[in-house]
Amino acid sequence: MESASKTPVSPTGSACCGGAPAASSCGCGAASAPARPVRRIPCVRASWTRGDRWGEIRVRWGIGRMRYTVEPGLYAIGDPTPVSPVFVSANYKLSFDHLRRGLAGIDGWILVLDTRGVNVWCAAGKGTFGTAELVKRIRETRLEEIVSHRELIVPQLGATGVAAHLVREASGFRVVYGPVRARDIAAFLAAGQRATPEMRRVRFRIADRLAVVPVELGQWGKYAVPVALVLGVLSGLRPGGWSSAALAGTGPRAAAFILSAWLTGAVLTPVLLPWLPGRPFTVKGAVLGALVAIGAIVLGGLPLQATPQRVDAAAWLLMLPAISGFVAMNYTGASTFTSLSGVKQEMRYAIPAVIIAAAVGLGLWVLARFLA
Amino acid sequence: MLTYLPDVVTLKLDETKCNACGLCVAVCPHGVLEIRERKARIVDRDQCIECGACAMNCAPGAITVRAGVGCATGILLAQLGKSGDCCCSPEQLAPAAPDSGRSAERDPGGKGCCG
Repeated sequence: MESASKTPVSPTGSACCGGAPAASSCGCGAASAPARPVRRIPCVRASWTRGDRWGEIRVRWGIGRMRYTVEPGLYAIGDPTPVSPVFVSANYKLSFDHLRRGLAGIDGWILVLDTRGVNVWCAAGKGTFGTAELVKRIRETRLEEIVSHRELIVPQLGATGVAAHLVREASGFRVVYGPVRARDIAAFLAAGQRATPEMRRVRFRIADRLAVVPVELGQWGKYAVPVALVLGVLSGLRPGGWSSAALAGTGPRAAAFILSAWLTGAVLTPVLLPWLPGRPFTVKGAVLGALVAIGAIVLGGLPLQATPQRVDAAAWLLMLPAISGFVAMNYTGASTFTSLSGVKQEMRYAIPAVIIAAAVGLGLWVLARFLA
Repeated sequence: MLTYLPDVVTLKLDETKCNACGLCVAVCPHGVLEIRERKARIVDRDQCIECGACAMNCAPGAITVRAGVGCATGILLAQLGKSGDCCCSPEQLAPAAPDSGRSAERDPGGKGCCG
């Protein structure tokens, strides 16, 4: 985690007056008001550069995600004045960028908290996006010298870490909870800082479900690909030793089964989540895994005449759902509608079931090699 | 609408302490609470994800919940004594306590993943 803030990515790829005195002609007007001490407040734009778009793609794939940060502190966007609203964000650059984009056409201030490069919701859960950090950042940036009002617009999902009444006690600033999504901010402001119920809801639609798939794919691919290779090679095992004919016959199939289990749990289950039977994610993933296994055996025309072939098929009917169920269970953390108590309850049954199914399946698979 | 396991969450509301400020309704991402007849009510309990936002922002302390994030990876990692690289990493859990609200007690069991 220490590395999170070591290499801050400049948010000012699009800066207009970053580094220059605030009195320059580009619009950090408020900070250069005559009565105020000249402060350097970086200006940012609402628009994204190609680098910003590429950055989002990279971190969605989990590349350098924990180093994708901006410097905590105060920023100006548009041409803010002392009465302009203050928006609070995290120093995960993607959170900051989404806020910037949501503020197109709006003059305001952005107060970036040090969340160690983690997004607002997760950081709020950890408490790094929290009351103490917010109050500290208000003091450090001397926000009361910049704005004449005493109001902060905090993203709704930050409420898990921020206690509005305690912020007011400690800083004098009143917290107003903005909408969940930055893209609703303009409508929220236009409605007199009122969010519709829809703006307050977290959904888990197909696009939301897919957005987290690449990270899941990578996380489990690290195990699935080597296991597929190992099982593929071990397919050559026979009572008398190792047979390259047997390897050529069943090796690719074994590898394909493992990779299917991985893709079923990490991609198919998230995509089909609302339509899969059962509430526990493990059940959803395992049901789909069983269907994939049956489909592969039937459609793939796996020979089932001899006993070893049947034992082999039975092994996959156990192992594939065990793996896809386990991977699906881990998708609970990427979803937005699971609770800690619920996941603990699910795991009480899911973990033993997965272990038993995988162990029995593996046993049958080995047995099939020696019956052959 | 997607709903997780029924009858499992630790959310509790003491209506007698409620001052109907409505902040819990505003911060809840799943419409679990509503203000009816000048009191907060739990109207959709099974939608609760125990994020703790309502309890954290309940000045009179009418709401309690054992807050945490429903993340199997985080729970597994915590049990193995390891940390991950995302929000599922359990490493930063407890130290956040100084600013936690009076009634949202954090469960160090697990954390959610990054969206």
